[in-house]
Amino acid sequence: MASEQVVSTPMPHAESKPGRNLKQELRRAGRRHQRSTLLLILPVFALVFAFFALPIAGLLTGAVNSPEYQQNFPRSAAIIEQEGGFNEAFYAALYADIRAADEARAVGKVGRRLNQDTAGFSTMLKKAARKSRKTVPAEGEHKAWFKSVDKRWVDARYQAALTRAAPAYTDFFLLKSLDLKRNADGDLTLVDEKKRLFVDVFLRTLTISFGVTVLCCLLGYPLAWTMVQASPKWRNVLLLGVLFPFWTSLLVRTAAWVIVLQKEGPINTLLVSSGLVDAPLTLVFNRFGVFVALTHILLPFLVLPLYSVMKTIPKDYMRAAKSLGARPVYAFFTAYFPQTLPGLSAGAILVFIMSIGYYITPALLGGPKDQMISYFIAFYTNNTINWGLASALALNLLIVTLVLYALYQRITGGNRVSLGA
Amino acid sequence: MFDPSLTRGEKISVSLTFIVTGLVLLFLITPILAIIPLSFTADSILSYPIENWSLRWYRVLIENPVWAGVTRNSLIIAFAATICATILGTLASIGLNSRYCPKPGVITAFLLTPMIVPVIITGVASYFFYSKFGLTNSYAGMIIAHTILGIPFVVITVSATLQGFDMNQQRAAYSLGARPFYAFRTVIMPQISPGVISGALFAFVTSFDEVIVALFIAGTEQYTLPRQMFSGIRENLDPTIAAVATVMIVVSLTVLALAQYVSARAEAKRSS
Repeated sequence: MASEQVVSTPMPHAESKPGRNLKQELRRAGRRHQRSTLLLILPVFALVFAFFALPIAGLLTGAVNSPEYQQNFPRSAAIIEQEGGFNEAFYAALYADIRAADEARAVGKVGRRLNQDTAGFSTMLKKAARKSRKTVPAEGEHKAWFKSVDKRWVDARYQAALTRAAPAYTDFFLLKSLDLKRNADGDLTLVDEKKRLFVDVFLRTLTISFGVTVLCCLLGYPLAWTMVQASPKWRNVLLLGVLFPFWTSLLVRTAAWVIVLQKEGPINTLLVSSGLVDAPLTLVFNRFGVFVALTHILLPFLVLPLYSVMKTIPKDYMRAAKSLGARPVYAFFTAYFPQTLPGLSAGAILVFIMSIGYYITPALLGGPKDQMISYFIAFYTNNTINWGLASALALNLLIVTLVLYALYQRITGGNRVSLGA
Repeated sequence: MFDPSLTRGEKISVSLTFIVTGLVLLFLITPILAIIPLSFTADSILSYPIENWSLRWYRVLIENPVWAGVTRNSLIIAFAATICATILGTLASIGLNSRYCPKPGVITAFLLTPMIVPVIITGVASYFFYSKFGLTNSYAGMIIAHTILGIPFVVITVSATLQGFDMNQQRAAYSLGARPFYAFRTVIMPQISPGVISGALFAFVTSFDEVIVALFIAGTEQYTLPRQMFSGIRENLDPTIAAVATVMIVVSLTVLALAQYVSARAEAKRSS
């Protein structure tokens, strides 16, 4: 900043000597420095931009962009967009589209997209494509022809699905990811009760994450407090106790929990042999397993920031409060606890952010009813190829994560809370 | 042991806190350690008590080409990604901490996003994007993706050390006639090396432990150790998994010891 002030100060002497113009030279030197500085940053910036930011942007566009219909069925898409209605002209265009797409082997792609909206379209389209190879409907008979192939082609419900699929940009996936849909009039409604899934998944993700966060706070607070109180030697022991799981492979920790909690595992063996229970308990592949393992994995992320804040609180405060007549519990909650809040909330938000996006642990330790939003993103990417829905779910998760991260930044004041030793 | 000013009630609650701490520590450590003895069983089920001990599962591990292959893949990818992330991240941090850098806050925030965005999103996005360029099922794709995941750690640790570094030293070196690379090697690097090394360790562990991106973009040829463990835990949980886990625990203990050593040495250097 200082250099800019120098540059902006008028210097009459320098100006009188061309070639030794200090102002210009300083500016030129500044530009040169700036160029070489940017040159240092450029490779990383380009890499992260090209192989991270662009893919993410591409994924998020996929939540609203579904050009399959428009690209492969351009004639009928144009009529829908002009609101021509489902008249003879539309069906003639649809027939022409199906013929062209059949030649180009693109019927399956459109069928998949339409099927994501309303089940049954895939077979309807395949059937129509097959029949269209043999029969050519007479002029003015196209609508009747489609009706004879499958009467669903003239059904209002299926026509509405065509209307939704025709534009290249759609809110269909975003709405679906929130269990919403547009009815025939274009108004938002909830999908049928049996088909509702994602609001539930979202709430489940938030509930599990909240539970894990609370557990981490309850277990982590005494641990961090003891670390601060302990002698340097014990503090190192405790710190190593926290850092050891922190550095241990996630897969190792997950495998460890599967082994420890399974029916033949040490915990059940202990419980049965001590006579506490008659039959082994189901501790894994259910919600309990997810809670235990996630808490175990994320606990260090709460303890380390909390410890780094607690470390800076002078011990005299508690003593002062007590010397002023406060009872210990009162002194703790009024003099000590509020000062630890920045560390506690930073750690808690960190744990919450990490757990809402967790995939591996719930996938390996949870049952079907314990899968969180990440599981469904992976599911719609790999199993049922519904990339629009996967993208929409990813967008939801990303928005929640970024909002929480902004909150985290605000709490920590932009200073990263130490995670190292 | 106790502060003399404490009342009896407080002494009890402090003792209770210590007990809770002990239990939490047990919770943190025992499940990981419990897996180790199970890798030395002679039986094919993972349960206590262990009746016959043997190294059978370690022999399986060594003789099975699958595990050797995935270990090699993990090492190749992790080393390559660590080298790329460390070099690129260190250069960027030096640039970001220069006073000539425009908008360092914004650029830093951008470079840290791979750490914030849930990895499942990175994985799926990389899968869609990389497949367009033939980067799925390739080492290059895995190395690029892991480099990007490692960069934030290097930027954080190196920037932290640079905060305590007086950049005028670089100018002093220049004024004494040092060329930029020589000044970097002899003046800057020795002073920021603790940050660079711990950043590199973080980047290595991140790659070595990464499974979600591998799940989406690695073909069977590029399967890494965690990716193979994922399949193992899901499909066939046998003592081989315990043996692999034990090896990985030893590796992570080594890395932890290294990290502690680096930070202790940096601490000693600072105070001397």
